[in-house]
Amino acid sequence: MSLQDAVSSGSSGEGNLSESACRSLGQIREIEGGPEGLNAFLALAEPEDLEQCAEGPLTGVLVAVKDNICTVGLPTTCGSLILKGYQSPYEATAVRKLRDAGALIVGKTNLDEFGMGSSTENSAFGPTLNPVDRGLVPGGSSGGSAAAVAADYVRVALGSDTGGSVRQPAAFCGVVGIKLTYGRISRYGLVAFASSLDQIGTIGATVIEASLLLEVVSGYDARDATSVEKPVPRYRDAAVQGIEGMVVGIPSEYFPEQLDPTVRRLLDEACERLVAAGAEVRPVSLPHTEFAIPCYYVLATAEASSNLARYDGVRFGVRLPAEEVGRMYELTRGNFGAEVKRRIMLGTYVLSSGYYDAYYGTAQRTRASIAHDFEAVFQEVDVLFTPTSPTPAFPLGERVFDPVAMYLSDVFTVTANLAGIPGISVPIGTVDELPLGGQLLGPWWGESKLIAAAGAIEASYEDNT
Amino acid sequence: MNWEAVIGVEIHVRLKTQHKLFCGNRVVFGGEPNAHVCSVCMGLPGALPVLNPEAVELALRTALALECTVHLESVWARKTYFYPDLPKGYQITQFEQPLATEGKIDFSGSEGDAFVCIRRVHMEEDAGKLLHDKVPGATAIDLNRAGTALVEIVTEPDFRTPGDVRSFLGELKRTLEYVGASDCNMEQGGLRVDANVSVRKTGSSGLGNKTEIKNVNSFSGVERALSLEIARQISTVEAGNVVRQQTLLWDDHRAELREMRSKEESHDYRYFPEPDLPPLRISQEQVTVVLNSLPELPRDRRCRFEEVYKLTEYDAEVLTQSAATADYFEEVVGIVIDPKVAAKWVTGPLQALMNQLGEDAQTVPVRPEKMAALIGLVETGAVSESAAKSVLVILAEEDGSPSDIIEARGLLQERDVHRISTWVGEVLATHSEEVDRYRAGESKILGYLVGRVMHSSGGAADPRIVRKLLIERLKN
Repeated sequence: MSLQDAVSSGSSGEGNLSESACRSLGQIREIEGGPEGLNAFLALAEPEDLEQCAEGPLTGVLVAVKDNICTVGLPTTCGSLILKGYQSPYEATAVRKLRDAGALIVGKTNLDEFGMGSSTENSAFGPTLNPVDRGLVPGGSSGGSAAAVAADYVRVALGSDTGGSVRQPAAFCGVVGIKLTYGRISRYGLVAFASSLDQIGTIGATVIEASLLLEVVSGYDARDATSVEKPVPRYRDAAVQGIEGMVVGIPSEYFPEQLDPTVRRLLDEACERLVAAGAEVRPVSLPHTEFAIPCYYVLATAEASSNLARYDGVRFGVRLPAEEVGRMYELTRGNFGAEVKRRIMLGTYVLSSGYYDAYYGTAQRTRASIAHDFEAVFQEVDVLFTPTSPTPAFPLGERVFDPVAMYLSDVFTVTANLAGIPGISVPIGTVDELPLGGQLLGPWWGESKLIAAAGAIEASYEDNT
Repeated sequence: MNWEAVIGVEIHVRLKTQHKLFCGNRVVFGGEPNAHVCSVCMGLPGALPVLNPEAVELALRTALALECTVHLESVWARKTYFYPDLPKGYQITQFEQPLATEGKIDFSGSEGDAFVCIRRVHMEEDAGKLLHDKVPGATAIDLNRAGTALVEIVTEPDFRTPGDVRSFLGELKRTLEYVGASDCNMEQGGLRVDANVSVRKTGSSGLGNKTEIKNVNSFSGVERALSLEIARQISTVEAGNVVRQQTLLWDDHRAELREMRSKEESHDYRYFPEPDLPPLRISQEQVTVVLNSLPELPRDRRCRFEEVYKLTEYDAEVLTQSAATADYFEEVVGIVIDPKVAAKWVTGPLQALMNQLGEDAQTVPVRPEKMAALIGLVETGAVSESAAKSVLVILAEEDGSPSDIIEARGLLQERDVHRISTWVGEVLATHSEEVDRYRAGESKILGYLVGRVMHSSGGAADPRIVRKLLIERLKN
């Protein structure tokens, strides 16, 4: 029985899985250890770790967890040399909720170091390969989680999304990625990259599976002062509720002239499918969209420069000793990779006295304008439909030395993090056999409609492909 | 040429919370190093701060006791710098939008009543401590203190003399103790002072270059450091030189200031709003409730003691040093007697007992009812003052009322005129030389004779009666 069968069968909708349709730990070990390996995992559980689990909606279900989410028993490295072998003494709230629901944590997935990147090539432990085409990146930063789902190692995985890091790799690997409203899932135990943008998200083979996982990990947590006390809807029910009468906005700023015609054609076709399913489609405008990327890279790097100050070799992680403490910091922090160093430098610069208002201050005001755009547009429409990324997965190495090109692969996803709204990437066909993702964006806490729309798109492809 | 100093101070005060500011660890001093730490106050990856409401209440008490305007919304900020005792690489504090601003505090200045304006009061977390002598050849770190709750109080540069600064600090300390915000324990670093100072020609309104004095941990140290620095600045400008802006560290052992290395002070703290914490929101009701719960402040209490109980300024000051002592005194006065007598006993024998036992007025085992009863017995003459002092010590160790103890120990004062007359007669008979000298006008000798009679009575006789009888008999 698959996880999807489990969630959709039975009157309660809650399956009790003793066996999962996905591969076993042994099979994952064998494939990942051999020539077909994707380097999706930085650590895998031992068989004895998976012998016991709690009773709950995910009993026996294997879940892969991005390696920037703290787990007890498996190391948490964030894909960085600076945390090589680091064992967290506590577990993230989301992981504890998974275990309480009966899930088995099969392993920790590869990522761009500290979540900084869009291809998983910034991992200190080597890139993850895209299971669709091993010459391509899987996207990032949750590339390991997306690849693990796409390779059918697991049906569901946890990722984290600071600027699109769940949605973009899901799109590149042809699976579903969901980031909820900021504050819906506790960040306790998610190693911070940019605290005001970070959210844990789920990646699933299907909308309903990703939704069930969300239901388990969502909810208020007293350990996270930014988590919000609101009842969690039954997302898995939303996935099949249909979209009759739903108004879908198409923001013109997300469909620029330069968009590849094939990509545009697939997006248009997805719109037609939404209409066929009963939705009304309407053009809308989000005028501040063009400022999103610079705004995001000012705020995210500012927060990152501060969040990463704790990696000093004093209390945990790797330490490179020296006679003098300043030198110890320099040597130890030399373990950060190039992209992390670049962002710390940028963030330090934008926060420095004399530049603070011009950069950080302006970016904060821009962020408010972007949020206001969404607020206004959601008075008119229920959800928005956009591409997830301008292109399908790109070849390994193509953008490694072109950070700006790399940053632009997040151009359609960062707005949701800046505004704090939920977003989903769902497969909408292929371009030259490469999967393409469509993105749905919804208003704050309006996740059920969003999931319904994603479910409708997914169902339309199942019906006629 | 006359010069005057312009001084402003910043005080860090540890709030008397049970738990740290952003995690559930207890605040403990002198414990095993790093026994009171967790993922949050150690700054482990993924850990997040959660505000302790108890700290907010105590910070509010501080702000309101200093007559500040409390801002119903204030914002947490990160202050970034690298130091091994700072776990996260940044301190969570408040910067652009502090908890409270624009307050004031009255104190007794060198030229009478004075006040200083408070610029701001904000909350922040403390850092850990470096231990240089625990591990040979290395520096160890104790994070028990990391994350404990502080308020920082910043004054306007209203002070002109180091003595006024010291007097203000005393008043501030008493005030914070009174409202229960802090123990202000200076040995444990519970109250730390930094001072900014510059000099200018007396009467001018301009400001000279200032220097900052850090690392002072006693009020006398503040006064001495400021006096030294003011003298140095005056001689600098009088020699035609310019005072250089710099940070100075006070060395209490050597009683000298040394310049901080420029590397240590060239910080750009890169403040920005703390994204892990929503703004601190306080309701107007909460402000009202806290305001109404504030006790009478020490200065008001001191004035009332002088007016209502007709105490001397000195007694009023001593009695109001701590709220506990003042409460104790008022309880004693409520039960008995002449406030001046009560003041004498509380500031004298009781204070000596508290010092000896290491207790304060709240914990000293002789409670006000017994103290009042004992004073009553002295006043009626049932027990001598010196015997009563011994009774006080016994009361601290044994149960029982003062009169029980006096009776059981035979300390009851002898007031029977006939019995005392007998002792007086004996003494006069055996001290004819002293009697003659007294009668010849050497009146001082009376004290010796009283002493002899007291000796004969084994200390039991009421000295007032002895004296009266002696004078009568010597007249004849």
